[in-house]
Amino acid sequence: MADYEIPADLRYTREDEWARVEGERVTIGVTDYAQQQLGDIVNVELPAVGTAVERGEPFGVIESVKAVSDLYAPVTGEVVEANADLANHPEHVNEDCYGDGWMLSIRVADAAEIETLISAAEYRRHVEDRSTE
Amino acid sequence: MSLLRTPLFELHRRLGARLVPFAGFEMPVQYAGILAEHAAVRSAAGLFDVSHMGQLHLRGPGAVAALERLVSCPVASLKPGRVRYGLLCNEAGGIVDDVTVYRLAGDAFMLCVNAANVEKDWRWVVRHAGDGVSAADRSAETALLALQGPAAAAVLAPLCDVEPAGVRRFAFVEGRVAGRPALVSRTGYTGSDGFELYLDAGAGETVFEALLEAGRPHGLVPAGLGARDTLRLEAALPLYGHELDDTTSPLEAGLERFVKRGAGGFLGAEAIERRAAAGHPRALAGFVLDGRGVARAGHAILHEGRPVGRVTSGAPSPTLGKPIGLGYVPPALATPGTLVEIGIRDRGVPARIVRTPFLSS
Repeated sequence: MADYEIPADLRYTREDEWARVEGERVTIGVTDYAQQQLGDIVNVELPAVGTAVERGEPFGVIESVKAVSDLYAPVTGEVVEANADLANHPEHVNEDCYGDGWMLSIRVADAAEIETLISAAEYRRHVEDRSTE
Repeated sequence: MSLLRTPLFELHRRLGARLVPFAGFEMPVQYAGILAEHAAVRSAAGLFDVSHMGQLHLRGPGAVAALERLVSCPVASLKPGRVRYGLLCNEAGGIVDDVTVYRLAGDAFMLCVNAANVEKDWRWVVRHAGDGVSAADRSAETALLALQGPAAAAVLAPLCDVEPAGVRRFAFVEGRVAGRPALVSRTGYTGSDGFELYLDAGAGETVFEALLEAGRPHGLVPAGLGARDTLRLEAALPLYGHELDDTTSPLEAGLERFVKRGAGGFLGAEAIERRAAAGHPRALAGFVLDGRGVARAGHAILHEGRPVGRVTSGAPSPTLGKPIGLGYVPPALATPGTLVEIGIRDRGVPARIVRTPFLSS
């Protein structure tokens, strides 16, 4: 069974994204489980700063050699920063998904929405449920 | 329907492969990663389990005549110990399958066919073989390993009782590999040098493991179907179900050198000539993307803003560092240098028609 890094200090979605919450600013990316499932990432397309994103709606795409997947916004808000390095270095998502592979910082519209994100323990159970079929 | 497994399934699991459904089989798509496996095949060697592919054997006094009728390539002139690529065509000139024809002996042949088409091909062959031929589908009892890359001959040599370097391209010998009877064929589907090893199903795992062990110092890695696909695409080798199907003429697909012309006589020949005389509405072309994104099968190909065709295969080319693809366009636009766009999601990404194969080997 593969081992997945799931840092305890982050929040997660069931769509395999992580969120680092700092006040009303939430930085997001995809989890170690997601990047391992996708394999070699060759393209990441992110929205521009100032774009409004909506919780549960696609905001961009991530492509591996074999497949394209939508990226879903964990919270509603406005993009205040996007990781421009990923355009030329999509492999950062594979190499360091919780660090250099970050994707967006979002200013959340409604702080209460952060409580809908799941904990590391809950996300681990979610991953394990899917890995043991 | 439950998925079939090759004789090497448990070994793939032990090696940590990611297994996916492909052509009715549960197959390894990757081990360490597609890009690393692709690079290993181009620079050293990769080992693939392609036991899902089918092997149809034909023998008997009528075998030559049957195959001359069944496949698009010449068969009577094929010498024992040699392999030819050809097409099974239907009466409308479409492609039933693309196959390799092995002449095992004077009146004994093997067709290696696509996994997804084994049953269709079997029915087609039995229906059209005629008298004096006995046919057998040995797909389930055959393991097929592909050892591909510039180091392939060096990896194979110490395990093999024949000298692999002495086997010419599109030739094969019968010998032993790791002590097991094997048909050692200098063929492949990657655009790199290499061998395909036909074995008894029960020998597959032993030989795979022996090759991995012997090949490790040469940089050999196990490789999955993901890398097989990017490798064959760089070499512009067509994939049935993508570039080829029951409606495609071999000539539209650029496969004229595998079609015996004029003499006729094979199934579909007349329709192929008729379609050529009428003028093909489309031709297969290769393109390189000049913008961001990855072209995928099904994306529209646009010219001057208008859709003119469809992508049949697309992937990032690890060797070129750019996304590449194949697709059908009107023949007038299939010329290298033509500027097109690929419709990727809501954008038209600039692309250029280029000469294929994408890599000059």
